[in-house]
Amino acid sequence: MNINWFKYASPASFYPLAGKMIPWFAIPAGILAFIGLVMGLFVLPPDFKQGESYRIIFIHVPAAWMSMVIYLAMAFWAIVGMVWNSRLSAMMAIALAPTGAMFCFLALWTGALWGKPTWGTYWVWDARLTTQLILLFMYLGYMALHAAIEDPRRAARASGLLAIVGAFNVPIIYFSVQWWNTLHQGASITPNKSEMAASMASVMLIMAVAAWLYAIAVALKRVRCEILDRERHASWVAELVTKTGQVHG
Amino acid sequence: MTVIFRTILVRELTLGLRRKADMLMTLFFCVIVASMFPLAVGPETELLRTMGPGIIWVAALLASLLSLERLFGGDYADGTLEQMVISSHPLAMIVFAKVVAHWLLAGLPLVLISPLLALQYGLDGDEGLILVATLLIGTPILSLLGAVGAALTLGLRGGGVLISLLVLPLFVPVLIFGSAAVDDAAAGLSIEGHFSLLGAMLIAALILTPWAIASALRISIE
Amino acid sequence: MLQVSGLFCERGDRQLLNGLGFTLEPGKLLHVRGANGAGKTSLLRIVAGLLLPTAGEVCWRGKPVKQQREEYHGELLYLGHLDGVKGDLSSIENLRIDNELLGANADEATLVAALEKIGLRGFEDIFAKQLSQGQHRRVGLCRLLMSQAKLWVLDEPFNALDVKAVKLLASLIEAHLERGGMTLLTTHQDVPLSGARVSEITLGQTGRR
Repeated sequence: MNINWFKYASPASFYPLAGKMIPWFAIPAGILAFIGLVMGLFVLPPDFKQGESYRIIFIHVPAAWMSMVIYLAMAFWAIVGMVWNSRLSAMMAIALAPTGAMFCFLALWTGALWGKPTWGTYWVWDARLTTQLILLFMYLGYMALHAAIEDPRRAARASGLLAIVGAFNVPIIYFSVQWWNTLHQGASITPNKSEMAASMASVMLIMAVAAWLYAIAVALKRVRCEILDRERHASWVAELVTKTGQVHG
Repeated sequence: MTVIFRTILVRELTLGLRRKADMLMTLFFCVIVASMFPLAVGPETELLRTMGPGIIWVAALLASLLSLERLFGGDYADGTLEQMVISSHPLAMIVFAKVVAHWLLAGLPLVLISPLLALQYGLDGDEGLILVATLLIGTPILSLLGAVGAALTLGLRGGGVLISLLVLPLFVPVLIFGSAAVDDAAAGLSIEGHFSLLGAMLIAALILTPWAIASALRISIE
Repeated sequence: MLQVSGLFCERGDRQLLNGLGFTLEPGKLLHVRGANGAGKTSLLRIVAGLLLPTAGEVCWRGKPVKQQREEYHGELLYLGHLDGVKGDLSSIENLRIDNELLGANADEATLVAALEKIGLRGFEDIFAKQLSQGQHRRVGLCRLLMSQAKLWVLDEPFNALDVKAVKLLASLIEAHLERGGMTLLTTHQDVPLSGARVSEITLGQTGRR
């Protein structure tokens, strides 16, 4: 049973597997995102309180979810990489970071756009937006540390440790910001869950699944690039290049 | 185990006291930053009273970042850190002693000077005392978390700026509870909760960070 | 007994060690040779436990050192390119801390005697930063006189030493081997030691794979 898993834990055998897997995630992601967007932006009726502006939550909420999930996934792969000393898991952690940061930024941006018509201003120190902002800083710190270290192995291990320390802190930060927010502002506007119609919920779900699939596809693509870069002197990479015809021209 | 703790603690304190200028610079930095704000926002007493705790906390936070690069930098450059990593004693214990010494030299002076800063902002009596108390519990957490960042960025170009990027987001909870305690005391609310939370964070940091710092050093020393 | 097997190590783009293995028996010295950049220092740092190899294992008394890090480090003495001497501490203060870190349990008299033997009598209370380069290095070498370590890993120990100090160091190594100790060292000078105990390996300049 285990043998299969360990076989694919080697970069050389994971590289072609990842290549085969990408379309299985990318294509459904595209289809679902298209369906979700058409439903969310054109088919569903406007909200009776917020009008058209509520439609941005179909992007905002999945993006915010993903930014959290991806940070935890990064920490997970970092732990796996440390415990089993596996290079591939460390590469997975690194490959996830830009996608997580992108979703984080997207959540902040759409949050600001939603804030203008809803709260009358682009930025309020709302608990969720603030946590999101700090999370973005953590992503940027992670990527900055990884970029600052030249030796690829030290880079992977150091940023992995940072992700683990960060993941321990995310709940504490979330809780403290939540608490700080209620203290200073009273409860912020929360979308009332009971009011959310079933049709809205299902579109949200479609978009969330699309975001998941997209994140996996992109991470796989990026991990393939990472593998090629890190293993560029390995014989299997040389074979790959000669087989597929001059990759480097 | 306690012998090695004492040895390293004494070593660090001796070294720190032989370089008093470093210690005083951090302290002056904190005082200067805290004194800039009234010049920037105006001298209205009420405004300063509201902003005081937050500003003093941010100043202390920035000042404690300044000294972090030196925490392992000198030992890394002259090879004594290598000898610590391969000593037969637990590395976590050695780094813990180093962080304690760092706090005594860089954190504690900030705590001691804070009543003076509190006066600048018209925080007198109880509020000033509460500020000192939150700093007393909070600054060790900053030292412990900051040491993780210092260990990770060891020997890197622009390490100082990078440390700030890495650890400032992690300082957020301490900042929030530390300054809120003073605010709430001013508003006549109970502040027991703040102190228990700060205390819990301190205990968690005391238990967990030495291991993280030790692993980070092992990674960075390669 | 120190056993090294199947060691691989890469630094940046270069493959330094390619499945290197050797065994070091008590009373023996292994002289690691090789051109600049052949991986001598990396090998020594791997054996010292400062550098993680890409693959391969270092075993001490038949057990991987990863599983007994503190016990292994208690029997190891490593001297690298850096002296590991703190400039803002005096010679004797440096020794006191080394004594503790090595777990050598030497008393104050032994420390003073070590300084005297290494030729630093009268410099006990001088800050190490005020010493000459050679003297600075000797403060670091005092560890050899204090430690009871079984395994010495020495990276270019003869550097920056005058003729007298080189002789002293050679005699220290000889005495260590006599006691059944082991030594792993690199030096580009000839080892001034009797041949029977000394063996050599040469690291090839393999460069890129």
